[in-house]
Amino acid sequence: MSEVNTSSIPTLSPVADGVPHARNAALLSVVAAGLGQLYNRQFGKGVLLLAMYAIGLFFVITRLGHAIWGLTTLGEQKQQLKLVGKVYQPVAGDHSIFLMVQGLIVLFVAMLLVLLYAAAIRDAYRTGKLREQGNQPNRFADTIRYVNDKWFPYMIVSPPLLFVLFFTVLPIVFSILIAFTDYSSPNHLPPANLVNWVGLTNFLDLFQLSAWAKTFYGVFTWTMTWAVLSTVTTFFGGFGIALLVQQKFIRFKSFWRTLYMLPFAIPSFVSLLIMRNFFNTQFGPVNQYLRWFGIEGPEWLADPFWAKVTVLIVNFWLGFPISMLLIMGILTTIPREQYEAAEVDGASPIQRFRMITFPGVMYSLAPILIGTFAGNVNNFGVIFLLTGGNPTNSEYQFAGETDLLITWLYKLSITNGKYNFASVISIIIFVIIAGLSIWNFRRTKAFKEEETYR
Amino acid sequence: MRTGYRLRQSLWVATSYVLLALTGLFAVFPALWVVLASFRPGTSLFSETLIPVSWTVAHYSELFTQFPFAEWYWNTLKIAVVSTIFGTIFVLLTGYAFSRFRFYGKKNLMSVLFVLGMFPSFMSLFAVYILLLNMDLLNKHSALILVYTAGAALGYLVVKGYYDTIPKSLEEAARLDGASHWGVFFRIFLPLSRPMIVLLSVTSFAGAFNDYIFAQVVLRSTEKQTLAVGLFNMVSGNFATQFTIFAAGCVLVALPITAVFLVFQRFLVEGLTAGADKG
Repeated sequence: MSEVNTSSIPTLSPVADGVPHARNAALLSVVAAGLGQLYNRQFGKGVLLLAMYAIGLFFVITRLGHAIWGLTTLGEQKQQLKLVGKVYQPVAGDHSIFLMVQGLIVLFVAMLLVLLYAAAIRDAYRTGKLREQGNQPNRFADTIRYVNDKWFPYMIVSPPLLFVLFFTVLPIVFSILIAFTDYSSPNHLPPANLVNWVGLTNFLDLFQLSAWAKTFYGVFTWTMTWAVLSTVTTFFGGFGIALLVQQKFIRFKSFWRTLYMLPFAIPSFVSLLIMRNFFNTQFGPVNQYLRWFGIEGPEWLADPFWAKVTVLIVNFWLGFPISMLLIMGILTTIPREQYEAAEVDGASPIQRFRMITFPGVMYSLAPILIGTFAGNVNNFGVIFLLTGGNPTNSEYQFAGETDLLITWLYKLSITNGKYNFASVISIIIFVIIAGLSIWNFRRTKAFKEEETYR
Repeated sequence: MRTGYRLRQSLWVATSYVLLALTGLFAVFPALWVVLASFRPGTSLFSETLIPVSWTVAHYSELFTQFPFAEWYWNTLKIAVVSTIFGTIFVLLTGYAFSRFRFYGKKNLMSVLFVLGMFPSFMSLFAVYILLLNMDLLNKHSALILVYTAGAALGYLVVKGYYDTIPKSLEEAARLDGASHWGVFFRIFLPLSRPMIVLLSVTSFAGAFNDYIFAQVVLRSTEKQTLAVGLFNMVSGNFATQFTIFAAGCVLVALPITAVFLVFQRFLVEGLTAGADKG
């Protein structure tokens, strides 16, 4: 934290006293963060830093050794039976997973502490330098004002970032680490047993053991098919409906739009649970109405093929309103003159669509489409609440016909305790999604404008 | 020739209306079906007719006598409202910082946050569970609020995209009047963020409202549960015997949210397209 407001004029004591304040302050800060600030007569800041440093140091020192031991060994003592009186009673051993998470927490806090420590030393040094030049160090109130001005962006992003660090980054690091352990049911499940580091075994198993490899390729293929089809159907469906509604002669446009908003407006978990009953083979209304026409409807949710069709239909129902709304918004931004000019040139409606409307919409919507695609790869809700991944496939490991990678992940970890494989799969999902998103993200204006904007 | 054109034209108009009506039916029918089912006597899923032969509101009262529905509702509202407020503040501030300031590490931070946002949230479920266990927050609503709020900042991109479109001159005028960064935020950005605030709060409210996974893992006792968990258990168990009660529950859950969405639809579209307008 550099201290002096460069725009303000140096005040008082213009004579340097020749004492190497910078060195002294920095050295004192190396001993303990805050001491340098006290030396520089910045008492408020010094006391604050010293207190934070002391608390942090106490937290880390008392735990760091245990944390590192826990992370490297994942525990050494299994749960054991000991003779207490006349009966054997289980005595708790090390809980590998708790050790891992707690170890990570300590490491993260230690990292933050190191950052604070480094910042304090740098600040003490800089303030000392200014004192050597004969400037007055900032008072506490000045410091606050200064932070509010120059450090403003850091100040407002740091609370959200702190949350992200502990509730997103830490869990992700944790799940990545799990991929390199044998943490799985039934033989390596704490607290009864210990978990061990196993290196790349899980990755090799997933691709080499035929049952796992088969499931993986099957589920992966369906995930990609699903992501493409669900994105394409909702996009073009929404596009068609938007064009239909925006025609000049259509009356009550806002009525139609509101009507089509309905699937988007109803909470999705409610609609999905409703749909589950709606497509019930025996009692559901869909087959009931088909029977009126003398058609015996398929087993919508139980037949491997029809189950896939059903999830696509339901996803279309859920998803078309939003793309319709987006496209309607974009259609109004396409300049009317373009159409008029095209009409003068004798372009047919189809040509006008191909040359003006479609490129215009695609230009604005391409990044969103890629985002939707990525979202669909991870569309947990639709599959989980509608089919639960069923119908089952006997050749798959813990997966059904409509399972996406993401729902397979859920079944593997939460339902069946195969945490290690689940973790490997989550890494794979992440690589797919992250690759797509970064590529997409770097092309967006919000990211690129940067230099041109200011 | 000209009459042929006229004919074709009016034929197309008719076809358009038919298509619109069919789409309308497709969009509305499942909802309509559930609303009607909730007023049907008996408990079964199957019914000969769409419109009930006789009407009853008994299922709505059964909802409150047989299930802790009022508690579920209160829990869900509490969690959703509090996490929406904090989450919206977080994401607006993050968007403001990324849109209006240059600072060391900004681009990398933006990329990292964006990629983190791509992680399916429940991938971290287990680690979050252990974190909450260590913080002694299991089976508490504050745990869910914490988790939902914590992820909010990852959605900063829409806000940044929107703030980027606010002209620099507005801000400079305020600065000449001596406004601080906070002043600029509260006096210029916040008032202009209305479509954004509506979009963010509605979507994050709906997100908290819709979440099943975290709520199910964190909340153990029945009376602490949320609507999503409660309703899911209602149908995943023996649904055939409770379908009409479930339908009544769906209606009561969907009504307020649907109303909010429809009322705010103009803002939602504005917010969405503002964030979308990039090329």
